[in-house]
Amino acid sequence: MTKLFETPLYPYKPSPDQRASVPVRHPVVVVGAGPVGLALAIDLAQSNVPVVVLDDNDKVSFGSRAICFAKRSLEILDRLGCGDQMTSKGVIWNTGRVFFGEKQVYEFNLLPEEGHRRPAFINLQQYYCELYLVERIRALQAEGKPVEIRGGNKVTALDRRVDHTRVSIETMDGPYDLEADWLIACDGAGSPTRAMLGLDFVGRVFEDNFLIADVIMKADFPTERWFWFDPPFNKGQSALLHKQPDGVWRIDLQLGWDIDKTEEKKPENVIPRLKQMLGDDVEFDLEWVSIYTFQCRRMEKFRYGRVIFAGDSAHQVSPFGARGANSGFQDIDNLAWKLKLVLDGTADEQLLDSYDAERVFAADENILNSTRSTDFITPKSEMSRVFRDAVLHLSEAHDFARPLVNSGRLSVPSVYDGSLLNGPDADELPDRTRPGAPASDAPLRDGWLLDHLGGWFTLLALNLDPGANDAIAGVPVRVLQIESPEIGEDIRKRYLGASDQAVYLIRPDQHVAARWTAFDSSAVENVMANILMHQRRRQA
Amino acid sequence: MTKVNTTPNIESPDAFYSDLISAHDGLSREESEALNARLILLMANQIGDGALLRELIELSKIRGNYS
Repeated sequence: MTKLFETPLYPYKPSPDQRASVPVRHPVVVVGAGPVGLALAIDLAQSNVPVVVLDDNDKVSFGSRAICFAKRSLEILDRLGCGDQMTSKGVIWNTGRVFFGEKQVYEFNLLPEEGHRRPAFINLQQYYCELYLVERIRALQAEGKPVEIRGGNKVTALDRRVDHTRVSIETMDGPYDLEADWLIACDGAGSPTRAMLGLDFVGRVFEDNFLIADVIMKADFPTERWFWFDPPFNKGQSALLHKQPDGVWRIDLQLGWDIDKTEEKKPENVIPRLKQMLGDDVEFDLEWVSIYTFQCRRMEKFRYGRVIFAGDSAHQVSPFGARGANSGFQDIDNLAWKLKLVLDGTADEQLLDSYDAERVFAADENILNSTRSTDFITPKSEMSRVFRDAVLHLSEAHDFARPLVNSGRLSVPSVYDGSLLNGPDADELPDRTRPGAPASDAPLRDGWLLDHLGGWFTLLALNLDPGANDAIAGVPVRVLQIESPEIGEDIRKRYLGASDQAVYLIRPDQHVAARWTAFDSSAVENVMANILMHQRRRQA
Repeated sequence: MTKVNTTPNIESPDAFYSDLISAHDGLSREESEALNARLILLMANQIGDGALLRELIELSKIRGNYS
């Protein structure tokens, strides 16, 4: 593990761009080689959009950081070619325990819905995720795909022009400039890009500090999730214990806002707390400890002309619910295909405003959920505490109270209800796959439905024949036709409901664009035309 | 407000009222608040219907009706 932290994964190498007499223009420049920036680069490279990733560092991030990857992220990573590695390395747990004060109030078994290729989530250190993404980029490079990571390239200034951004970069060989048609800032919560452009990061719904520690247990310890409300070793706050691969357990201790970070981080202060938490007889090594500070907020807009923000640079939430990295993957899932259509000249530039609309909507949903969790975990008023405690007391004896216990609602993808990209719906079809919703996975043939959808427009035809459509409104579309014998129980429940037949137009990010119970090629054309000519409809 | 039943619906109102009050006998203010909270949560679960619960909360917020 130490080796992974120390080995430069994308060491600085001089680029011919540094010697160019005029700044070289690139279609897409991504700032930041964290999980979100790397995933975006893969997505673009897979569809042959040239992309350059700049990062001032050259290694994976230190310490476990984001550790919970939700099902939708794994599905996106499947599309990006990393899902298997993530899932086979990751830890899957089923038993959770909830403690209140001194004692356990209940334990539960997650019973995830069946008929999905991927589990509800896995636990995996962020550095493994970054490693697999970089390996994937290396594989794409070997196939000749147009993707580059430039380590040791620190962005020092940005100049927004009408149709591009001038990027000033510092390297060990001195400074150079390049130009980006589109600049995508994936440079984290402290986003230097945001600061250089003088843009606001508004909200600050609440703020808190967490002490996060990775420990290695010296003896067997169960693969379970333990969550404490108001434990004796962290009065008035919360604590979380989670299993990660390689025998590493992750501990999160909520500290509140007004604390002395240097003092809290000292091993002589951390270790006694952990002993109280784990029991005196449990021996462990403290591998990594850090203090994580967050505010809950988002940028007012995620698109500023030719500069677009994705991941933590655009929005930050509390860690409850694992809505940070997971929502970042959904950002780039939403963005990559739109960028491609715009760069190809197929869609109007205003299509990218739908990225802003859809992902701001999602960020607000994440902030709402994480605010609700935080209000339960650290009640803000006396009466709020009375009810919180009543819920926890009741939960010990009564099942009914357990759904009210909120220690974080796991990240699930947003349904883009009301998006201007959505086309017609058919009421008799199941609610969960309505326009705006991410397509639900289901077993199909020898594999899974989502793998058959892939990463481009698909016309999913169930028990009907859409004819030979290889393009709609000039955009290539794949047809996936499934007839009765192949329609299993899960596809029926998730896509047909009471209907015998249906046709779905599914976007490249696997969200449903529109659906019908009969095929009408002009209706499908209209939906596609609306996606491509977003601007015209909005102005109408 | 369409769902809330504001017509008399409690069987034996006097008995219910007396049970409610005697549940608090000998409790401190804090213990009583906790009991009330548990009772509200139990009743809310019994009602279940989200729209109805929202209406009940809204109705209880209109202080002008009562004071």
